[in-house]
Amino acid sequence: MVAKRLKPLLVAAFSLGILIFSNISLAQGDHGHGAASGHKEEEKLNPSEIILDHVADGHEFHFGKITIPLPIILYSPERGFTAFMSSAFHHGTEAHNGYRLVTREYIEEHKLNEGQEKPLFEANKIYAVDASGKPDASISVLDLSMTRNVVQMLISVILLIVIMTRIAKKYESGVGVKTAPTGFQSAVEPIITFVRDEVAKPNLGHSYGKYMPLLLTIFFFILINNLIGLIPGAANVTGNIAFTAVLALVAFIVIMFSSNKHYWAHIFWPPVPLGVKFIMIPVEIMGIFTKPFALMIRLFANMISGHIIILSFICLIFIFGAMNTYLGYGTSPFFLALTVFIYLLECLVAFIQAYIFANLTAIFIGQAFEGGHEHEDVPGHEDPVVI
Amino acid sequence: MNILLQATTAVQPGLGAIGAGLAAIGAGIGVGLIGKGAVEAIARQPEATNDIRGNMILAAALVEGVALLAAVAGLLAVL
Repeated sequence: MVAKRLKPLLVAAFSLGILIFSNISLAQGDHGHGAASGHKEEEKLNPSEIILDHVADGHEFHFGKITIPLPIILYSPERGFTAFMSSAFHHGTEAHNGYRLVTREYIEEHKLNEGQEKPLFEANKIYAVDASGKPDASISVLDLSMTRNVVQMLISVILLIVIMTRIAKKYESGVGVKTAPTGFQSAVEPIITFVRDEVAKPNLGHSYGKYMPLLLTIFFFILINNLIGLIPGAANVTGNIAFTAVLALVAFIVIMFSSNKHYWAHIFWPPVPLGVKFIMIPVEIMGIFTKPFALMIRLFANMISGHIIILSFICLIFIFGAMNTYLGYGTSPFFLALTVFIYLLECLVAFIQAYIFANLTAIFIGQAFEGGHEHEDVPGHEDPVVI
Repeated sequence: MNILLQATTAVQPGLGAIGAGLAAIGAGIGVGLIGKGAVEAIARQPEATNDIRGNMILAAALVEGVALLAAVAGLLAVL
């Protein structure tokens, strides 16, 4: 009897203990990383720089003190191709092979943007250096490196191909066709059936089969990149506007290719009263472009804001800690609990955003080739009213 | 004129933050109304819960998309 009532209390005490003890290692990790980024003078906490650094693309993976350097591939019309590992830059403290990673501290130290109307040098970009070691912004450098985002995208592509081809081979060999699905099949089949029945069929009607590969790819690729991006230390791929821009561009091209003449007729001559027609025509023309644009912004903003919120809560611990060490330790369980809650919310948002992107793409494609109903509403064809 | 220009660049990040806050109000009201409609509909017809839930999530994501567009605009003002 006593043990029964004690159990919830034990669970609560256990989770609280885990929270309190888990914060110490996290504090070490982030603090260590801050010191390892090469500050010579006393380190002043700069939360916005930390957050943006974690959310933006970079030339290496870092988890606390462990850094995994990635290849840097540069092309300059004057100098040709150069390739080396990013560890050669030593976090921007050294120039290598005629190039330098210019950091914010370097710009401030050497006053590179002094006296310019528009800043000539941006932080965290690679510039060519001349023989004396001074960065030269006039030599154009094309940064084609395998950055964090590229490597993570490749990993998720390989993961998706491996998982999906294995499942497909299993189905081909007969497992799960007339029997119950097993293994990975039982995880993926409900999702594929969901995309087919809730996303493709209602919006695309009879020709849903043509668009199933596209919708499934969009859904799974966004989902797997969202989920991997949530792992601490991984890159923020879906929160990168270039990535979402390409996805939106793909959706836009598919919509354009599946449009029929009813679609264009409705855009340039919408079936509305005359006065409204002339307002609707520019709105509809803009609508062709704003719909994929909104797709891009929605996914980008949701993902990046989620990452920024999680990072902000962790940075809050350090902001409080900078004021007073004990205040930092004291508020950390609370902020950690808040972070865990937001983290779980972000896991949900990962699924929701993948579903929304796929669903809206299906809706827009469906809108592009539907049409022709109005000509079918001839008197005499109404549904009979059964009293 | 110069002072006005300096004042506006100094106060720009603050205005960006106010803009983002207004976007949050918009999102709160929007998603709240969606939730209200959805919960009332479920109360009227509990067997339609699954359909209603799907539509609610879709509508909420669209509203959040617009709100996050405004939040990104606020962020651009700060950066």
